[in-house]
Amino acid sequence: MTVADLKKGETGIITDSSSGDIPLKLLEMGCLPGNTVQLLQLAPFSDPMYLNINGSHLAIRKKTAALILIKLTHE
Amino acid sequence: MSKQINVALIGNPNTGKTSVFNALTGLNQKVGNYPGITVEKKEGICKLPRGVKAHILDLPGTYSLNASSLDENVVIELLLNKNDKDFPDVALIITDVENLKRNLLLFTQIKDLKIPTILAINMADRMNRKGIKLDLEILERRLNTKIALLSTRKNTGIDTLKDLINNYKTISTEPCLDTSTIDTEYFQNLKKAFPNQDLYKLWVVITQDVNFGKIDRNELAIEKFKTKSKSELKRLQQKETIKRYQFINDVLKEGQTIDTANARDLRSKLDRILTHKVFGYLIFFIILLTIFQAIYDWASVPMDFIDGAFASLSHWLKGVLPSGVFTDLLAEGIIPGLGGIVIFIPQIAFLFLFIAVLEESGYMSRVVFLMDRVMRRFGLSGKSVVPLISGTACAIPAIMATRNIENWKERLITILVTPFTTCSARLPVYLIIIALVIPEGRFIGLSYQALSLMLLYLIGFGAAIISAYILDRTLKIRRKTFFVIEMPNYKLPLLKNVVFTVIEKTKSFVLGAGKIILAISIILWFLASFGPGDQFNEADRIVKTEFANQQMDESELQQKIAAHKLEHSYIGLTGRAIEPIIEPLGYDWKIGIAIVCSFAAREVFVGTLATIYSVGNDDEETIKSRMSKEINPVLGVPLFNFASGISLLLFYAFAMQCMSTLAIVKRETNSWKWPILQLVLMSAFAYVVALIAYQLLK
Repeated sequence: MTVADLKKGETGIITDSSSGDIPLKLLEMGCLPGNTVQLLQLAPFSDPMYLNINGSHLAIRKKTAALILIKLTHE
Repeated sequence: MSKQINVALIGNPNTGKTSVFNALTGLNQKVGNYPGITVEKKEGICKLPRGVKAHILDLPGTYSLNASSLDENVVIELLLNKNDKDFPDVALIITDVENLKRNLLLFTQIKDLKIPTILAINMADRMNRKGIKLDLEILERRLNTKIALLSTRKNTGIDTLKDLINNYKTISTEPCLDTSTIDTEYFQNLKKAFPNQDLYKLWVVITQDVNFGKIDRNELAIEKFKTKSKSELKRLQQKETIKRYQFINDVLKEGQTIDTANARDLRSKLDRILTHKVFGYLIFFIILLTIFQAIYDWASVPMDFIDGAFASLSHWLKGVLPSGVFTDLLAEGIIPGLGGIVIFIPQIAFLFLFIAVLEESGYMSRVVFLMDRVMRRFGLSGKSVVPLISGTACAIPAIMATRNIENWKERLITILVTPFTTCSARLPVYLIIIALVIPEGRFIGLSYQALSLMLLYLIGFGAAIISAYILDRTLKIRRKTFFVIEMPNYKLPLLKNVVFTVIEKTKSFVLGAGKIILAISIILWFLASFGPGDQFNEADRIVKTEFANQQMDESELQQKIAAHKLEHSYIGLTGRAIEPIIEPLGYDWKIGIAIVCSFAAREVFVGTLATIYSVGNDDEETIKSRMSKEINPVLGVPLFNFASGISLLLFYAFAMQCMSTLAIVKRETNSWKWPILQLVLMSAFAYVVALIAYQLLK
């Protein structure tokens, strides 16, 4: 699954973020394999997505979110 | 003579870099531009102990040494060019204690450039609330640097920081990461090819398009050395980033503890309301209404005062100075020209007051988040909202505010459509025309005139949105879209920062746009005060002969002479020349002159009409009553009637009439193509719409 599939409040662990279409800036903000990502808020139409990635609070578009592969964590 | 210490302030956005800059320099700062580009350059002087001075350069906020915008590029170019006069003796990395992990990424990159680097950890006042504990000793040892723990809000730690700057020579320049471990073979080859260059610097140069100083990219013949494809390079960059984070995580594991049980979370509570699907938009709408109210209502008090003061100054000068060309130039050209600049200060100050508070508090990012989806439908970005709102004050700062839109197409479209939003310079034109042609009266408690004004704002905004949609479909620019926006913590805005922003932005308007407005007022005065041939030079005699048989008091006669002179002045001749073009829109040559002058800056419209109708001062009431008496010579009806008034309003709503905006667009897009396109298309559209409106309504 990808970050785009997260529901509000859910957390996942990034398994792959090597797609060439993911901006480097996002990787530098902590979007790297092994780090956690939590969906905090959704704008209308579920886009953009407001995330907490490894402690960084940021918003990205759904299209980008769909490129980040994750594994859902159950807490 | 003791040498100044060159200090570069570097940091991620939202780390309070500007607050640190303000704390170090006080009001000892100046804002300019980097040569050739419109990136703001802020520098200041900081007095250190023992009489040493530091030159502080506040570099644009950046997340890393991999630039994705013009602003970020400035940082890299400076740090790679040892010959630059601003090249830092010491770099000061500002970090936010809550985002230390991410902020340290940039720190490690700068340190690897072998520049002495001080780490300033800001917002220390929030540590308790967030349950963060730092072991500075361990951090200093592991990061091999000196650390200052700051709170610009509580004003602590600044003296420590100054001491560290003073002793920058004791700071180690040992790098954090051995770059060559990313890809040993590749870096070994690189070292063979360029034995005298620093490997990390080479790597930074290879991975981005930076031309710097002497060691230009091409001279390095790196082209020959392109053994890696773009995607391979990107993979290496990702690997580098992972390695840096590994290092940072190791350091922080020892030096930082976060007790989340102690953390109180204001952010999520506020976010739940401010980014809510209904309340979020409602709150945004209320904030917008407040801003409009401030700009149009509250600002009118100081504006009326300024208007009156300049009018009396003109009047007074005319009285005390001996009459002559110089006095006329001063009283009728320069002083009203200056007044025309100063009058906009209250509105601009109010707008930037609000924008500064919204940005400082962290709310602006939420607006971007809320609006992105809606704006994207029109080829814009959530980040276009700020320029479009700013555009209601002035398109110039608005267009400059598009810089943080990463996607070039979205940015270009925002730049191109922003001039459609109703800027404050259109306001005086709208107000006087509405007062002339829209009847008084009310519709469900709202006056027709106020509704007309609101309609004009909506038309402006609608034109921007629709043209954005069309541009999105027609412009063939394929760029990777990406949109990453940091959602910073909510903070109470620091009064000092807000005040500095307001002062600085107002100053740049007065000095930037103001210069052009003043120059134009003076040129206008010259063109209106001189003319070729007898009709102008003998105006006295001609008018006196013409009205010899009529009873007329002296002042009336003088007005007739002035009007005759104007008609035959250079400017009058210009108006006459374009009359055939504008006649189908319902205008005469006098309005023509005002329109021609408005292409320099719209705000001169009312002033020009005042000159043309030889109304002594800019008192709106007098110009208004004078204008309402004006008769269309061909049709015999009042010149400013419903049809011509609406036509004029629409013309001003759509036409591109601002030289300063064109100049800014040229600078921001680095091409004459876009400003010329704006000028031609917008003005042609304005002409057609005004023509249709007049022909239908007359």
